[in-house]
Amino acid sequence: MKITAELIDYLAGLSRLEVQEGERQAMTAELQRIVAYMDVLNRLDTTQVEPVSHVFPVKNVLREDEVIPSQDRAELLAGSPAPDQEAFLVPKTVE
Amino acid sequence: MELRELTALELGAAIRRGEVSIVEAAQTALDAVSAQDGALNAFITVTGARALERAEALQAGVRDAQGPLYGVPMAIKDNICTKGVKTTCASRILGDFTPPYDAAAVDALARAGAVSLGKLNMDEFAMGSTSETSFYGPVRNPWDLGRAPGGSSGGAAAAVAAGMGWYAIGSDTGGSIRQPASFCGVTGIKPTYGTVSRYGLIAYASSLDQIGPLCRDAADCAAVLDALMGHDRRDATSLPGPRSRWDGSGPRVDYGHLLDGLTGDIRGMKIGLPVDCFGDGLDGEVRSAVLAAAEVLKGRGAQLVELPFPVLPYAVPAYYIIACAEASSNLSRFDGVKYGWRAEEYDGLGDLYCKTRTQGFGAEVKRRILLGTFVLSSGYYDAYYKKALQVKAVIRDAFDRVFEQCDLLLTPVAPTAAPRLGESLSDPLQMYLSDVYTVSVNLAGLPGLSMPCGLNGDGLPVGAQLIGPHFGEGALLNAAHAFQLETDWHRKRPPPAAADAEPPSALKGEGLCGGDLK
Amino acid sequence: MTWETVIGLETHVELATKTKIFCGCTTEFGGAPNTHCCPVCIGMPGTLPVLNKKVLEFAVKAGLALNCAITRYSKFDRKNYFYPDLPKAYQISQLYLPIARDGAVPIHTGAGDKTIRIHELHMEEDAGKLVHDPWTDQTRADYNRCGVPLIEIVTEPDFRTADEVVAYLEKLKETLQYLGVSDCKMQEGSLRCDVNLSVRPMGTEELGTRTEMKNLNSFKAIARAIDYEAKRQVELIGEGKRVVQETRRWDENKDATYAMRSKENAQDYRYFPEPDLPPIELSEEYLDGLRAAQPELAQEKRARYQANYGLPEYDCRMITSDRALAALFEGMVELGAPPKQGANWIMGEVLGALSARGMEPGAMKLTAPTLARLIALVGEGRLNRNTAVKVFEAVFDTDGDVDAYVAEHGLEQVNDDGLVREVCQRVLSSNPRSLEDYRGGKDKAFGFLVGQAMRELKGRANPQAVNAALRELLDG
Repeated sequence: MKITAELIDYLAGLSRLEVQEGERQAMTAELQRIVAYMDVLNRLDTTQVEPVSHVFPVKNVLREDEVIPSQDRAELLAGSPAPDQEAFLVPKTVE
Repeated sequence: MELRELTALELGAAIRRGEVSIVEAAQTALDAVSAQDGALNAFITVTGARALERAEALQAGVRDAQGPLYGVPMAIKDNICTKGVKTTCASRILGDFTPPYDAAAVDALARAGAVSLGKLNMDEFAMGSTSETSFYGPVRNPWDLGRAPGGSSGGAAAAVAAGMGWYAIGSDTGGSIRQPASFCGVTGIKPTYGTVSRYGLIAYASSLDQIGPLCRDAADCAAVLDALMGHDRRDATSLPGPRSRWDGSGPRVDYGHLLDGLTGDIRGMKIGLPVDCFGDGLDGEVRSAVLAAAEVLKGRGAQLVELPFPVLPYAVPAYYIIACAEASSNLSRFDGVKYGWRAEEYDGLGDLYCKTRTQGFGAEVKRRILLGTFVLSSGYYDAYYKKALQVKAVIRDAFDRVFEQCDLLLTPVAPTAAPRLGESLSDPLQMYLSDVYTVSVNLAGLPGLSMPCGLNGDGLPVGAQLIGPHFGEGALLNAAHAFQLETDWHRKRPPPAAADAEPPSALKGEGLCGGDLK
Repeated sequence: MTWETVIGLETHVELATKTKIFCGCTTEFGGAPNTHCCPVCIGMPGTLPVLNKKVLEFAVKAGLALNCAITRYSKFDRKNYFYPDLPKAYQISQLYLPIARDGAVPIHTGAGDKTIRIHELHMEEDAGKLVHDPWTDQTRADYNRCGVPLIEIVTEPDFRTADEVVAYLEKLKETLQYLGVSDCKMQEGSLRCDVNLSVRPMGTEELGTRTEMKNLNSFKAIARAIDYEAKRQVELIGEGKRVVQETRRWDENKDATYAMRSKENAQDYRYFPEPDLPPIELSEEYLDGLRAAQPELAQEKRARYQANYGLPEYDCRMITSDRALAALFEGMVELGAPPKQGANWIMGEVLGALSARGMEPGAMKLTAPTLARLIALVGEGRLNRNTAVKVFEAVFDTDGDVDAYVAEHGLEQVNDDGLVREVCQRVLSSNPRSLEDYRGGKDKAFGFLVGQAMRELKGRANPQAVNAALRELLDG
């Protein structure tokens, strides 16, 4: 698998990160090495294997539909870098 | 009586006998912090005033003290949420995040009478194996200030080793409790996935993260785990106890009897030595220390069996694919809108996100976010992420087969002892590879324990890892306990770190660290 | 060349649970900004989701009612994208194993009967609300809606006309309301609908390039948007241009659709299994339980009313148009009210009273026993119809006691023929003029005399009885 500078920019865009001009080449080479190493997995034949996301056969963990009082708004807004009295503020969103 | 020589259980007993006041204990620990942490940088936030208040309050109730850890001062890794106390994940982006809630683990220990001294330094978002990626400067190894304490729970391991608190809780996603424990000469255990609630643990990789203790010895680990483990309705992946009402299905766990189970009797216990874990790339001194530990266990009546573990080479790549994928999603919420840090200058929403995240995260975190985004992005999902989940299944099954032949596995924790500061950061892939012995345990959701088993030529601690089947904590701790009845590696302490040793980082100081003792 | 419009729908329906899908915050509509929130639904670090039992139950009920195959082993996945209305920057949804698949919804339009195939039905969480503040020129994020449970129902591209789409949506709305899984209030956004539309030459099989239309918040808007967009695509192709696959917004005022910024089109959501939520495995017993508990739906009720009570189809549609009305009807019939009369009262007085008050049938206080009693009194001849209507108006808002009201206001009908005869006698003797007029052949006078007698009897007499008595006195 070839990692290109374009791919790095695409991934950076998806993850809302800026890759500076200076770092792009280094980052590309680094990821190339890591991804190349990950390709050792292809030595293992897993065609018959079900992927597992949960190790345990835990299932159907549900809660009752009972209202729990919400958190005090002031407490929720306290940690925000830019709140007003009622809401979290962000720069104008289009539409 | 030199308090700092005691284990948590010994101190707890002395407190209940009234030989030591809780305030005295807390003050002793806080003195150790002010004496040494300038050099070690194990704490991000020290809550001395809170600790002393709490100590006095607990002292009032010492007569009807509940549990063996009542009044024992400890500290908490800074990725575990503490109500009203900053929880930074050692990241700039959470620099002033103060949770309005306590993690379930923090609640549990509070009920057990814990006195928290503060929040411990770590690799940023627990992503690292050296505790050097912290925005608040690297943690130093108390055994050699020129070396890393391991990571990501490096602050926890260093604090316990240096007597800044009698135990600590950390988190382990791929070895983050066991590896620093081995580098700092303390005992640490990562319990079976699902036995300690993750509620309030700031997620790195949700399917692998697990909270556990770092302690002076196995008995302390058992006591802390007895307090930590248990079902929590707020964590859907938490496993219920045998008596808990639960409409789901799956395994049930008998919680709370680990300490009682420490007999030290391991006669007839079958301990497996996976040959693949003693092959190339393993430092000679580490190998002989671990094999010597095997002999000690044999001396206590355990049976040693060599067996193959051919899937070992696949563990690290599968681990980094899964961990980074989950991390890329888990860390997306840090965008400078709801909490935490926001870039000073930005132009519009998109720029707010990019600048905040680019300036708010460190290099290793960004590297893993990009990697995780890659393995999930369209066109690569099947080749990498899905493949890794299949390999995870293969590794889990491999362990199942192994545990048909033995009760526990004994392996090294890391290929070497503690590396020099800076050594690992230069080569990320090399750092990832050093997790080879620990990550498979997380992939399979197994319990893993690290115990001191020697010092190398440089006088650095070496650790041995015990791996058990699901819910095998009892056997793990009993084997470690048996080993510690025979040896005193766990009693060895580093020389006190001089307070005047120059601070490890320019970033250190008020504002960023914000602890009331700093 | 004639063109065929091909339409598929993605409908988001808010479930009528008390609490959110993954936390205990209320789902109540409205509320001051960010007052229905907690660390979980705001996605604070370290918090974890736990699935609401009712959400699963409602989703399965809806799946069964839409004739879907229920997925026995179902999972949640994360859909990753950055937007300020999504605090975790991922939406917990279902991509790989949705709770239900392969359904079928029969619809009826002027063009006849047809079945719309359901591709899938899945559970997911709603996002928050963004409001632009012109004073600060900033956007304010309100997370009250964050985590409100939704089901998304995706159809196959089976629609050909706006009529079919509206018929389907009305059927969907009616079904979900009868199930009690959603109130489907479009104005409150509890039923939202995205329209995927493409055109192709009539008779061809291959699908054309489709566009997706959002922001359609009324059946009227949906119908108009479909007509507009189909026309737009046909014209484009006519001009030799090609249709671009994109998301378009319907502008109610301009009565037109326009493309949203291309950014919001091409997306890479990096779906992967939600590690914080264990899978769901449904047992046969669980499904049987829900199947057994499925209520009778509108269509079945209509059929039964026609068969058992011989009600006209029109009446059946009217009284099943809302679950509350059907319940009122069935309650009255159970208490012995003649079905046709029960239906008439509902279609007349009840619907009249509701619309006069701008009230939803669900909010009505009036109960079956009350209305049934009123009908019975009329039937027994103890109230005449006009008085009964007055009593209805009096008891409607409070579900008051009919007998008490009648007694208190002395409204019971006089059925004492002797008394009626006596009163008529008196009226005749006190109105000699009218008597002569009548005898002189002026029939009008008769009506006047009846009126006089009714007034004497305070309107409580049975008009027929008064007529009879007078005729007898005059002609007999």
